[in-house]
Amino acid sequence: MKYNPDENGYFGQFGGAFIPELLYPNVKEIEDNYINIIESAEFQKEYRDLLKDYVGRPTPLYYAKRLSAKYKSHIYLKREDLNHTGAHKVNNTVGQILIAKKLGKTKIIAETGAGQHGVATATVCALMGLECTVFMGEVDIERQAPNVARMKMLGAKVVPATSGSKTLKDATNEAIRYWIQNPETFYLIGSVVGPHPHPDMVARLQAIISEEMRWQLKEKTGKEEPDTIIACVGGGSNAAGAFYHYLEDENVELIAVEAAGLGVDSGESAATSQLGEVGVIHGSKTILMQDEYGQIVEPYSISAGLDYPGVGPLHAFLFETKRAKFMNATDKEALTAGYELSRLEGIIPALESSHALAVLPKLDLKEDQVVILNLSGRGDKDLETFIKHLDE
Amino acid sequence: MNSIQHIFQQKDKNLLSIYFTCGFPELNDTGKVIQELEKSGIDFIEVGLPYSDPMADGPTIQYSSSVALKNGVNLDVIFEQLLAIKDSNKTPLVLMGYFNQLLKYGEDAFCQKVKDCGIDTVIFPDLPMVEYENHYKTLFAKYGITNVFLITPHTSEDRIRKIDSLTDAFIYVVASASITGAKGDVSNAQVAYFKRIKAMNLKSKLIIGFGISDNKTFTTACEYANGAIIGSAFIKSIDSTGVNGIGDFVKGVLG
Repeated sequence: MKYNPDENGYFGQFGGAFIPELLYPNVKEIEDNYINIIESAEFQKEYRDLLKDYVGRPTPLYYAKRLSAKYKSHIYLKREDLNHTGAHKVNNTVGQILIAKKLGKTKIIAETGAGQHGVATATVCALMGLECTVFMGEVDIERQAPNVARMKMLGAKVVPATSGSKTLKDATNEAIRYWIQNPETFYLIGSVVGPHPHPDMVARLQAIISEEMRWQLKEKTGKEEPDTIIACVGGGSNAAGAFYHYLEDENVELIAVEAAGLGVDSGESAATSQLGEVGVIHGSKTILMQDEYGQIVEPYSISAGLDYPGVGPLHAFLFETKRAKFMNATDKEALTAGYELSRLEGIIPALESSHALAVLPKLDLKEDQVVILNLSGRGDKDLETFIKHLDE
Repeated sequence: MNSIQHIFQQKDKNLLSIYFTCGFPELNDTGKVIQELEKSGIDFIEVGLPYSDPMADGPTIQYSSSVALKNGVNLDVIFEQLLAIKDSNKTPLVLMGYFNQLLKYGEDAFCQKVKDCGIDTVIFPDLPMVEYENHYKTLFAKYGITNVFLITPHTSEDRIRKIDSLTDAFIYVVASASITGAKGDVSNAQVAYFKRIKAMNLKSKLIIGFGISDNKTFTTACEYANGAIIGSAFIKSIDSTGVNGIGDFVKGVLG
């Protein structure tokens, strides 16, 4: 496939593995094995059984009637919020924990922003009886307290990242440093970021989302391809999963929605494609928010899952080649969209997914246009933030 | 011949190199630190370019880097500082930074500045061998710059041999599977690893780094390599004693 990485892990000019020699054996071990493991019948059976009986897949493709009426089009929600643990993140953690087991690993580490990936990792570690350590920015620990409590209840150790902006990028730095010092551990990365082969591995595990979309939409409409797919992008794992099996269907419009924070030009934003330039973060060449000397800029968004200063290398490639259209939504637009879905459909979305919803009013939707919006997670973890803005 | 090879020609045992972070503890300390290090009699100096996200560094160098960045240091300031001491300084400098700094500054512009400052040896811990071979080897050669690779206890023999063939200055032998600043004595496992590398009879000179902090660890490292690099321990020292304590620190290490 045109959108698979080449032998050095590049999607066009993006990707690669810019890692210290210290990490080389760890990354090489995964690179040498991940495709064989994922494509093996044994893995596929275990992975799919767990997704069905433990995670609760397939997730519904729900026709949102009142939302469609409001935007005068046909909007389907891919209900990743109904997965066990409340977001798409678990698709990846179930897959990677099986890979870790095949590689004989017993200790798992992960980074987390909003805490969804941390919870999903702690969950599968409990399921498999493996030791779990999650790195989380000190700021995120404060703003995502319920998820911190869930991780602890699941038996994981939560380690605060106290450097830099004390958010997702710093949690990732800490996880990588720990991995360097403890090469026997398996780093269960949460998004389509990091050195090759991690972006590709995570995309393949999230691809179940678009695999289901194809047959589900056909069942409902007689056609596998929608006109448009919308997904939010922080690192980009839910978008990678939602786009994956449609990448080569050039007639399907792909829309990636980034967090604009207080506004793209406000200085408080996480709209990487608009504000970034080519750079290297966490071992991957991609589009990166940085200053003129290559120092990484601290991004901002109300949503702890979207304030990442980079974007996965596949997304950088989709942006550069214009295969995907990159849009963005501010904090305020996302909050409004979150309330709107709650009141129209009885579904409280995660703040991350609310960003995807927030572009609906900005699109010139046609009456016969079929849109799938990837509802990546549920909003329970964000209630406090939503409630704070209830009267606005 | 490059400046480091020149040093090795005069002396190939017990070499001491010190790493420091530019712009730390104060913005304008870069030149002073280099002058004091030169006076102290060390063999070459690793000039650290502070980075916002130093993936391979431990808490001490993360700290010195963030202080330096808060002090307002940047690549242009650093190149000016290095240019200012170029004629007076006779101790070879090795530039150590992260790959994104080179990429963003402009690959040719960066290399030109490095050359202008009289520096011919660089270390980018996150520049992998495959990228070096495909592109940067040619680029660096154009400016007379040589690259230093790191090896670790987990680097395979094949890979070490390949690194040896790509090396002009020295191989940076990472003492343990760790980030910089991890502390403790030299363990039996480390000694076994040093012995294994030594027994490979590589053509390149070997300098041991990561976890070297005092006379004891320095002396042990020098039994198995041509010398050693001290980073975090030096940063901690100038953080408490300031630039004036440099002479005493180096005396303590050399014994």
